[in-house]
Amino acid sequence: MNTYDAIVIGAGHNGLTNAAYLAKAGLKVAVLERNPYIGGATVSRELHEGWYYSNCSYVCSLLRPEIARDLELPRHGLQVVPFGGGATFMRNGDHLGSYFDHDRFYREIARHSKRDANAYDRYTADVTKQTRLIRPFLMRTPPDPTSLRPRELLELANFAKAFLNMGEEGLADTIAFWTKSVADYLNEYFETDVLKAHLGGSGIIGTALGVYSPGTAYVLLHHYMGDVDGNVGAWGFARGGMGAVAESISKAFRSYGGEIICDANVDEIIVKGSKVRGVALKNGDEYLAPIVVSNLDPKRTFLDIMNEKDLPSSVIKKASNFKIRGSSGKLNIALDGLPVFHGMDPKSPLMAGDLHFTDSLERQERAYDDWKNETWSKDPYLDMMIPSLTDPTMAPPGKHMMSVFVQYAPPKINGEDWTAEDKAGFEKTVIDQISNYSPNFRDLILHCETRTPKDIESEVGLTEGNIFQGELTFDQLLFNRPFPGYAQYRGPVTGMYMCGSGTHPGGGVMSAPGANAAREILRDLNKPNTVPGGYADD
Amino acid sequence: MNTANRATMMLETPFHSRVKELCQINDWGNWMGFTTPNAFFDVELEYFAVRSTTGVFDLSPMNKYRITGPDAEAYLNKMVTRNVSKIGLNRVGYTVWCNDAGQVMDDGTIFRLGPNDFRLCSYQRATDWLLWCAMGFDVSISDETDHLAALAVQGPTSCTTLTQMGLHDLNTLKPFGMREYDFEGEKLMISRTGFTGDLGYEVWVSPERAEPLWDQLFEAGRDYLIKPFGSYALDIARIETGFIQAGVDFVPAEEMVRPGRTRSPFELGLDWLVDLEKPLFNGRKSLIAEKEKGSRYRFAILNIDGNKPADHSFILKGDQQIGTVTSAAWCPTAKSNIAFAQLEMPEGGVGQEYVAEIYYQRELHWTRVLAPCRVLDGPIFNPKRRRQTPAIPH
Repeated sequence: MNTYDAIVIGAGHNGLTNAAYLAKAGLKVAVLERNPYIGGATVSRELHEGWYYSNCSYVCSLLRPEIARDLELPRHGLQVVPFGGGATFMRNGDHLGSYFDHDRFYREIARHSKRDANAYDRYTADVTKQTRLIRPFLMRTPPDPTSLRPRELLELANFAKAFLNMGEEGLADTIAFWTKSVADYLNEYFETDVLKAHLGGSGIIGTALGVYSPGTAYVLLHHYMGDVDGNVGAWGFARGGMGAVAESISKAFRSYGGEIICDANVDEIIVKGSKVRGVALKNGDEYLAPIVVSNLDPKRTFLDIMNEKDLPSSVIKKASNFKIRGSSGKLNIALDGLPVFHGMDPKSPLMAGDLHFTDSLERQERAYDDWKNETWSKDPYLDMMIPSLTDPTMAPPGKHMMSVFVQYAPPKINGEDWTAEDKAGFEKTVIDQISNYSPNFRDLILHCETRTPKDIESEVGLTEGNIFQGELTFDQLLFNRPFPGYAQYRGPVTGMYMCGSGTHPGGGVMSAPGANAAREILRDLNKPNTVPGGYADD
Repeated sequence: MNTANRATMMLETPFHSRVKELCQINDWGNWMGFTTPNAFFDVELEYFAVRSTTGVFDLSPMNKYRITGPDAEAYLNKMVTRNVSKIGLNRVGYTVWCNDAGQVMDDGTIFRLGPNDFRLCSYQRATDWLLWCAMGFDVSISDETDHLAALAVQGPTSCTTLTQMGLHDLNTLKPFGMREYDFEGEKLMISRTGFTGDLGYEVWVSPERAEPLWDQLFEAGRDYLIKPFGSYALDIARIETGFIQAGVDFVPAEEMVRPGRTRSPFELGLDWLVDLEKPLFNGRKSLIAEKEKGSRYRFAILNIDGNKPADHSFILKGDQQIGTVTSAAWCPTAKSNIAFAQLEMPEGGVGQEYVAEIYYQRELHWTRVLAPCRVLDGPIFNPKRRRQTPAIPH
């Protein structure tokens, strides 16, 4: 009989993290994965011989260091290597380079505007204030604002104290950050189009909103609140691709006695008498456990693998109304050599960072207009990287692997499913844009994996292909994520929990939702907590 | 390498060719993105050039802004805490400026070149703030940093050296005065100012005249024992004479991340720079409130027993930690162990005695010293020659 103490559905990084902490506490845990491979959106695959693609997520910053250390992920093979810099190429042949060295970045911005170079310090200080406000709450369960239980009140008081410590100006800034558009926010600091566009990109990645849409300033913040080795806002590559993250967590999980079962496509969470009993697979197999944790997004969880009859109507309503819109696509490209870009020294450290081709907020907004019109952006915002400049394991020597994240791509084209022609057109748009800045790029392409939101949804299981398991807007954050009353990882049925990015603190390869959910489950079981607390910022 | 990459390299000042030649020990630092010498040949000897002969410091990286236009005086009066109207023509004034919360953003000097023509020298880069403050004023603001080369010529023989170079009657120039001379077909501007607390001048020319200025100055000063000095020697001199520095003794207010870490002018001992009689200036309301409510901290210059510099020390009163040191140095002329400290009010009154908790390491061995210290009533080094007019010859 397939009987366990807990079953986790989905072997993404959060599911594996959750399972690892439950197994560490002594529970007999199984992770069920639909695909023949683990990782979910944290995956590396060899789709062209000798080249490894980070097929979905492609860079690493948000992964909580407390978890990486506690689960001994380095010992299990994880190495995160920071990359320095990035650039936005301009239509006039110039570019704005983003150097990690503060003084060098100052001089680079000053080439475009001395005032902006000067204002950048004020901007950095203000953004840092906001990251410092959020970071302590990443490894905590959001309090229930309506509860009078002492634990909840204490946690609410913690929130209130952190806010009040910001002072009057800081509070106003905080509210601005959580509600404003990234364009409005950046316009308060800068005058240069290319600088605003370079920074503004972080406000729309993975989000079905434009740079002028309220709420996008927070999305930028979400990309700044991680760190590599304590450098807040820095990003790095997982050596071997993002699959190395899932791989290392899975090894930690197995070291605690956990079991991963692939090709296990869950059909339904079995509920009897308002209690969870286990899960049934599409092939009829059953796995039984008094605890079932879903790493799937809220829509998939409540509207797909749970029977509506087992759920309160309000939950069905909330899940139906949950905002999880597809807006991104991706190209993974095997290259025969290093592409050369106009005006860029191939040896520049900028080449190893995030490269973009949208030099104004207006172009970013126009790209969003296409999404609203139910087609892919004809002048898309690209977040392009060449990980093989940092990580020699991604491609054969002298060859390169390129990851191109594309904003925007809608879940459907003019209301219809993506066709093969649509996909080819989408791919051509992206390759054309890069070719405009790189004369030899097109000729270097050996293989290209193109992923539309539809592909991401069907392969990974993210509804509409939304990379964050739900929009990162204020109405879906903190105690509202995924929705009010269910932000503490507990589902509406006894023994049922959620641990995906659809829960606090949200998307990105962070592992915090998985760890936080494990802490709540262990609390319900009266087991000692195995989940570490968050590091305090100094 | 293309132009875009070159533009991100560290810069060289207009004096670099000469500085490089004299930088015997090749010890370089980064000052505002410029390659500048930490030391030329020996920090202590460089320091003593300032105190006993003539020391020359390249201050070209100093941020310099030209402020002109009908509203220039009114504009500066709104921006800074002191009354700019009281700075006469061809005079220089030290000042600070605050944000709305009355917290110090930076300190600097204002040179009055004309009725509505000013030069502002600031430690921090200030373009963004200067332009925000300019809204509503008929002023034009330009960054002159790259268009002006400047040398600090400091020490007892500095007046004689500069006179020897051809700046006649320089000894009649009063402290904080400035004057123009003809130099190589252009104008050379000289001010009796500096960051060393000694008799000294700052000389301003176009970058094209930088090398001739350096050459003529060193030629003129040869018999008066002229020597270049770097930023380490300057640091000792400025601590000895009680000058605070942005980013070291206070956090520039608009770059603060952690609430409460900034300081008001009162908390930096700069009450004399704040003119609350002015009807409006940035931070006025908050500073009036602070005057009524009292400050959180007090700036103190401490004279510390023993000869171990109290870098980063806690200041204790009994068992209680009442403050921290921001700058510290053994002061070779005053033969004193001096530290700047931020003490929690009401501590820090003149003559108050505390203990400095000092840690130092010798041959991998750490030692903790609890050194008694006393609050001074002002800078320990403040020689008469600094103020005397006519300036002394040596």
